[in-house]
Amino acid sequence: MALDKATVAHVAKLARIKLDDAEIEKYQGDLNAILDWMEQLNEVDTDSVEPMTAVVPRATAERHDVVTDGGRQDAVTENAPDAAHGYFVVPKVVE
Amino acid sequence: MTKLTDMTLAEAVDGLARKDFSAVELTEDYIKAMEASRPLNIYVTETPEKARDMAKASDARIAAGTVGPMEGVPLGIKDLYCSEGVRTQAGSHILDGFVPPYESTVTANLWKAGAVHLGKVNMDEFAMGSSTTTTVWGATINPWKRRADDKTDLVAGGSSGGSSAVVAAHAALAATGTDTGGSIRQPASYTGIVGIKPTYGRCSRWGIVAFASSLDQAGPMTRTVEDAAIMLGAMAGHDPKDSTSVNVAVPDFRAAVERGVKGLKVGIPKEYRVDGMSADAERLWQQGIEWLKAEGAEIVDISLPHTKYALPAYYIIANAEASANLARYDGVRFGLRVEGDSLDEMYENTRGAGFGAEVKRRILTGTYVLSAGYYDAYYRKAQKVRARIAEDFERVYETVDVILTPATPTPAFPVGQDADDPVAMYLNDVFTVTVNLAGLPGISVPAGLTAEGLPMGLQLIGKAFDEETVFAAGRVLERGADFTAKPSFLADAGI
Repeated sequence: MALDKATVAHVAKLARIKLDDAEIEKYQGDLNAILDWMEQLNEVDTDSVEPMTAVVPRATAERHDVVTDGGRQDAVTENAPDAAHGYFVVPKVVE
Repeated sequence: MTKLTDMTLAEAVDGLARKDFSAVELTEDYIKAMEASRPLNIYVTETPEKARDMAKASDARIAAGTVGPMEGVPLGIKDLYCSEGVRTQAGSHILDGFVPPYESTVTANLWKAGAVHLGKVNMDEFAMGSSTTTTVWGATINPWKRRADDKTDLVAGGSSGGSSAVVAAHAALAATGTDTGGSIRQPASYTGIVGIKPTYGRCSRWGIVAFASSLDQAGPMTRTVEDAAIMLGAMAGHDPKDSTSVNVAVPDFRAAVERGVKGLKVGIPKEYRVDGMSADAERLWQQGIEWLKAEGAEIVDISLPHTKYALPAYYIIANAEASANLARYDGVRFGLRVEGDSLDEMYENTRGAGFGAEVKRRILTGTYVLSAGYYDAYYRKAQKVRARIAEDFERVYETVDVILTPATPTPAFPVGQDADDPVAMYLNDVFTVTVNLAGLPGISVPAGLTAEGLPMGLQLIGKAFDEETVFAAGRVLERGADFTAKPSFLADAGI
């Protein structure tokens, strides 16, 4: 099943990555080659297999629901491209 | 007296404890070597002042008699580890100027053990690559050259190619690496050094920039097996800040190194004789078998039938996890921002400009295999195949103790080769990805030189949490190979 350009553009939109037409064409070729190569997994019988989600199976670790860190607003925002009054600044999203 | 920079980590730590020389003297020599290594483009951020301060503090501890297991050891740190107050970019434009306000757990453990921070070293962008060429800093060059061709620059492997080159070129005593599909073991093989990816969960991932969270593991890259054992002991340990770090005791790895292999059963998987494997790999593998046999190991032919499906399964799982992990680079909290008229446009512009071609390719693939309608066909299928691969190992470990394979099918290749063929580039990881999928420990140990005069490694794969057997068998390979060849470029040549 080959990916068309519109699908590649849609996937790029989902991933929030701006691509120009030349890039869309390039990634269309790359993705089709990679997906074709991945098709070989269909040769493996996995009917009776549970998907593996953890390498070391064990119960999820629990901790007490208490504050262990905080009060470091400056450290949190110091790497932001734009910050003001202790907040991250983004383009206007509400008219 | 031999050069300080010629010593192994074990020799340096012992010499410092005996006060044969000071941590400051050792660090000053490595700072000179760091500067001399610039033609190879290994260090991306040099921190000589930090190194001097840490070395002084180390000498004060030695004088006071409180010596840590890594006391005074100057390290190169992969640019993937967050270093408090030191620029950390994971080789990416999108993290331009990021200075973490915190330190990764693994590096914090190393500093607590006495180690010294020389600087940050190069890597493939977000650890996605096998060549350390997909980086905003430009390619790192392997200190080794082909015997008959000293003009062609070769890759140092990847993604931990700065870490491998820095150790091979004597521009650091050891380095941290990370390994998601072979990113410690393949570059170690390409540069004639030792690298181990421990069992998943052995080292904390906290503060290491995430690529594929169910596969990523930190590990040491060193000159000898004993050095790797010492350094892994200092890196490992349970960390409540990483819920996948396992709460088990860290054994005394150094004590296991000389244990030998007498009576050990070593598995040789027939599926690892793949198309495209070089005659050198075949020859070195056979030599490895002979070295282990000579020391009393029993060789057992085994089968890991799902091996050929490991690479495609790996690239589905790793890319899916990467597409989720890299969603955080949005131009809001850190790094690059490229403005746009709306929030969405700002995201798209930032990510379009900030990610390199290979990272985009992987995010797009990962987004596609997770998207509605394709999740079962790709992602869920790959997770099931992953279970099959893990079962293969469980079954053979009922009869063998450790597995011997080549670390890589070929030696280091020229910079630029296969840059436009992603699938060909992915084949570099054919012997190493299975180990990440199953979460097992794997080491690469230098086995010898190819006909062209390039180093290649052998890989040993252990049972989960049995790094000790891996170190013991690795030491036997090391003794058998007696690998003393040096690369044509050594950064300490003028010291």
